[in-house]
Amino acid sequence: MIRVERLVKHYQVHARAPGIRAAVRSLFKRERKTVAAVDGIDFSIAAGERVGFLGPNGAGKTTTLKVLAGLLHPTSGEVEVAGFRPARREPDFLRSIMLVTGQKQQLLWDLPPSDTFELNRAIYDVPRARFQEALDELIALLDLSPLVGKPTRQLSMGERMRCELAAALLHRPGVLFLDEPTIGLDVTAQSAVRRFIRSYNERHGATILLTSHDMNDVAALCPRVIVIDHGRLIHDGPLPELVRRLRPEKRVVLALSRPVSRADLETLGIVHAHEEGRAILQVEPGKLTSVVSAALERLPVSDLAVEDPPLEDVLADLFARAAPGAAAAT
Amino acid sequence: MSTARHVARALPTMLRVSFAEMLAYRAELLVWMLAYTMPLIMLALWTAVARDAPVGNFDQRGFQAYFMVTLVVRFCTSAWVVWEMNFEVRQGTLQRRLLRPIHPMIAYACEQAAALPLRVVLMVPIVVATLLWLGPSILTRDPVQVALVLPTILGAWCLMFLTNALIGTLSLWWESSISVFEVWMGLYFVFSGYVIPLSLFPDWLNSALDWLPFRYMLSSPVENLLGLCSRQESLRAAGVQWLIALLLAVALWRGWARGVKRFQAFGG
Repeated sequence: MIRVERLVKHYQVHARAPGIRAAVRSLFKRERKTVAAVDGIDFSIAAGERVGFLGPNGAGKTTTLKVLAGLLHPTSGEVEVAGFRPARREPDFLRSIMLVTGQKQQLLWDLPPSDTFELNRAIYDVPRARFQEALDELIALLDLSPLVGKPTRQLSMGERMRCELAAALLHRPGVLFLDEPTIGLDVTAQSAVRRFIRSYNERHGATILLTSHDMNDVAALCPRVIVIDHGRLIHDGPLPELVRRLRPEKRVVLALSRPVSRADLETLGIVHAHEEGRAILQVEPGKLTSVVSAALERLPVSDLAVEDPPLEDVLADLFARAAPGAAAAT
Repeated sequence: MSTARHVARALPTMLRVSFAEMLAYRAELLVWMLAYTMPLIMLALWTAVARDAPVGNFDQRGFQAYFMVTLVVRFCTSAWVVWEMNFEVRQGTLQRRLLRPIHPMIAYACEQAAALPLRVVLMVPIVVATLLWLGPSILTRDPVQVALVLPTILGAWCLMFLTNALIGTLSLWWESSISVFEVWMGLYFVFSGYVIPLSLFPDWLNSALDWLPFRYMLSSPVENLLGLCSRQESLRAAGVQWLIALLLAVALWRGWARGVKRFQAFGG
């Protein structure tokens, strides 16, 4: 469904030192530098996959999504989405994809979302019966009944995002690019958006490529992750494999019925956190069973859980290991 | 699927939604009308100038009729798409339009055209007041010129929209083309007949203006409506007006395609 080969996207940007002299000098001589936003990445995504596209700020995630959506021309490389070359922006291609960004909205600000829905029906040329069917489904899944008649400006951020998703999906695109879809939303709204994305993927077999800094989004939605840093691909594979490869240790979370000393905890493993009534131990996977047995035997444990390290920590490790100086700036 | 048929099916909804959006800004539109009072100022000025003797072929009543009709035509033919385009390029919201399977220029044109019905309604009291004040005899009675009233006003709107959009397209290269637009509007105010009837200019300047779009954006529909020119001159002006509109449309189509390629190359 999505094929990316040796994708490169370089930008030319003006470079100017701060200060009035540099400003005046730049009137006569402008210096340019090349920024390698994406620097030769390859991946492919099969129809119906949900893939997380991760990386630190400036890694090239949004640039890649824009190339895939046809908003940017690649500097070089091959890109194919749903059988089309995105840069040509053919109408049938635009009908088969959608890019939803958490920070830029398409809803008409002063009109109710129902007007945007109707406008999109006309623009995407969706037959009336199919539109009604899609709209009914989206209203039910996203609980939009009380919202569709209110002016968009009166909706909360979470309500707007739900309406935004509905407007984006009325024409049932087969490929969905989501750029930070839960940014700025409260926990309840985030959870509703995640549930909906998963449900849309399962019902319609849509291919989903999602960027997010919220690892809960990724953990909840993406069995596979592609990680880029400085425009280069540094991991492509299942999420658990990434965690196992980088941080194989487990975390034993203990709820304690009375205080225990740090020394007692250190006999079992590395103490990651220790506070009254709660401790987290970092344990090698091979020693997990013995540590759990010992903890239950020696400590006043009222509850115990075994977890993977947080995904944020795993990615921080990954970015720290990635070779520095990969960003080309000439 | 035929693109033209798709556009034809989408147009009524696009116009209806744009009209609804325009109604949401009705208070702003009323205030905005105040920005179009320049012809009233010119009316007062030129009426005073012509108190003792006519200026060119305009007496006091002639100036009054000219500037009242200029006010109406100007209000019905204004476009502001250059501001929208500049804003969207700078804010990065242009991508919303580029992702849709309908040409952004068609969407812009719909949004601008949707304002026309409301503007016409707002102009009714001014038209009625003008006719009561100056009498219906100020308007042409020639059937050909009467038939040309709507096409020439529509042609003037097209020229306003197309020049706005062409200048707006420059923002795809420069990020902002508002300063170019301001220069353009300065020329428009002087050479379109907005502040001075063009027949008061020297002949050589009038001959030059025949080949520029400014006259056809305001003066020629006004002169046709008032019967200030002959039937043949009205027909010729309407023909040149639509020819310029066609040339501008082609230039816009090509310029936009190039601009978007450049925009896609350098980032949005």
